[in-house]
Amino acid sequence: MTWRLLSMVAGLAYVAVGAAFGQDANVANSAAPNAAASAVWTKVHASVFANAPLEPAGDVVTLDTPTRAEDAAIVPIAIRSRFPQTKERFIERVWLIVDNNPSPIAAVFNFTLESGRADIETRIRIEEYTHVRAVALTNDGKLSMAVNYVKASGGCSAPAGKDALAAKANLGKMRLRIDESAGPGRPALAQLMISHPNDSGLAMDQLTRNYAPPHFVRHVKVTHGGRPIMSAEVDFSISENPNFRFYFVPDRDAALEAKIVDNQDLEFASTTRLNSGAGSAASTLR
Amino acid sequence: MHRPNWRRTALLLFGLSVAWPLAATPALPELALENPAPGVYVHYGQQAEMSRANVGDIANLGFIVGNRCVAVIDTGGTYGVGRALRQSIRRVTAVPVCYVVNTHGHPDHVFGNSAFAEDRPEFIGHVRLADALRRRGPNYLNALKRDLGAAADQSGVVLPTRSVAATDELDLGGRTLMLRAWKTAHTDSDLTVFDPLSQTLWLGDLLFVGHVPVVDGNLRGFLTAIDELKTLRATLTIPGHGRALAWPDAIAPQERYLKRLLADVRAAIKAKRTLAEALALADEEREHWLLFEQFHKRNISAAYAELEWDE
Repeated sequence: MTWRLLSMVAGLAYVAVGAAFGQDANVANSAAPNAAASAVWTKVHASVFANAPLEPAGDVVTLDTPTRAEDAAIVPIAIRSRFPQTKERFIERVWLIVDNNPSPIAAVFNFTLESGRADIETRIRIEEYTHVRAVALTNDGKLSMAVNYVKASGGCSAPAGKDALAAKANLGKMRLRIDESAGPGRPALAQLMISHPNDSGLAMDQLTRNYAPPHFVRHVKVTHGGRPIMSAEVDFSISENPNFRFYFVPDRDAALEAKIVDNQDLEFASTTRLNSGAGSAASTLR
Repeated sequence: MHRPNWRRTALLLFGLSVAWPLAATPALPELALENPAPGVYVHYGQQAEMSRANVGDIANLGFIVGNRCVAVIDTGGTYGVGRALRQSIRRVTAVPVCYVVNTHGHPDHVFGNSAFAEDRPEFIGHVRLADALRRRGPNYLNALKRDLGAAADQSGVVLPTRSVAATDELDLGGRTLMLRAWKTAHTDSDLTVFDPLSQTLWLGDLLFVGHVPVVDGNLRGFLTAIDELKTLRATLTIPGHGRALAWPDAIAPQERYLKRLLADVRAAIKAKRTLAEALALADEEREHWLLFEQFHKRNISAAYAELEWDE
């Protein structure tokens, strides 16, 4: 079932933002407000998911976040699938939602059978005390959600990068690496690092008329032998120097290629192969 | 507290640490000052995160007095702290405040700036301070209002009116302060002040004493700055947090902490640990520092994101 079709069906479906999510086992902090009552989530649930019912994600994905954003600019998050990608059962898409960020939909990740595992690790900015959600769409058309509550960092931490000039100077440097330690035939872990300020441009508007334009990575597409492995629509909720770890089923002769497009239509690409020594390849800016 | 009382006891405040009257109002009548060198006045902030209880008084602030001018160095975490500092200055000297120097852009050092607006001083900062404040100021203000409530009132960002790209001098009349801008270290806008007359080196948050060091710029840059700092000659140093100490011994614990952080995070990256795994790193340094829980993991995050590009 395509997502569009699902949305149409779901729009007519029973609205069940059950209070169950407020009691989700992932919400370890008893001080956390009710996840289902979040005003932002209510809007996102309606606009993105057409109020479709959501199962607790316990047997589909787990969401790992720290309980406190130690550094507001670099908060590690991991979404891990509970089963491998098989024709019978696989995860098509995962939304990463940060309710109280200026742009709550931080990323939409797409996976394929060739992903092997629909796992993703990345780093996000967290501005405020917020629920963080992973909503997974499985091939049976069902949606499930894991939700954690993350406390904001202390007062001198900020989501903006630490060294704006350095970030600009290194724009477009990329690293694509493969960890082959899992052995042949098993999903291999890949890491994509992109040097990019991933700047919202939002942080300036209270102080000056000289706004810097937002500059952030918009699309990420990773292919292996030309077949899609992982693609993502992302925005500035992803940390400066975006970093993604994901899996793919390796084919010894095929190249792994990552292509990036940012919101200023700059394109970056990097290619690597298995057993390519350093595992890092030259990147190009077009 | 009645104003006449404060006036009468003002001189007694020097050399004393006085606990704040924790009234319902967050207003601070005056700041306790110490006078570690002639013409050099320091107020020691609490070793804490900003809170309603301490109304943002957590960083070291102070001023240096010349014949013609006073230079204020850092202004506190709220307008209220800045205002109290200003009142304390008035009890020490009638010499006007010509300069307000910010050692970097963190909120506990800059949000008192607005209390000095009526003195029309030059606000002086690192050449990159303005950009740092533009990027981060709104978040800092949001966090201040969230965490301090009414005590955050009237606090705001004051951008520098004079920028230091490398070095600069401030003639106070009879003493000239030497300013130096640093490459990215604690932050990307670190500025230090040296007073040759008293041989006092005011380091802002390039030096933490007691309070665990915080990396919000570049860890290797911080260590490079420490190497350079150690070549400077001075008698006394005033850190951004913690007590003034003899120079250069004061910086040894911080250097040890940062070197260990560098080694630990490099080892974690080499061992292919993820950032989340690295956050659980061993913490042999814990017993040596205040606020370790609040900042150590944050330092690991910053160091990891910086160092992983080296591998």
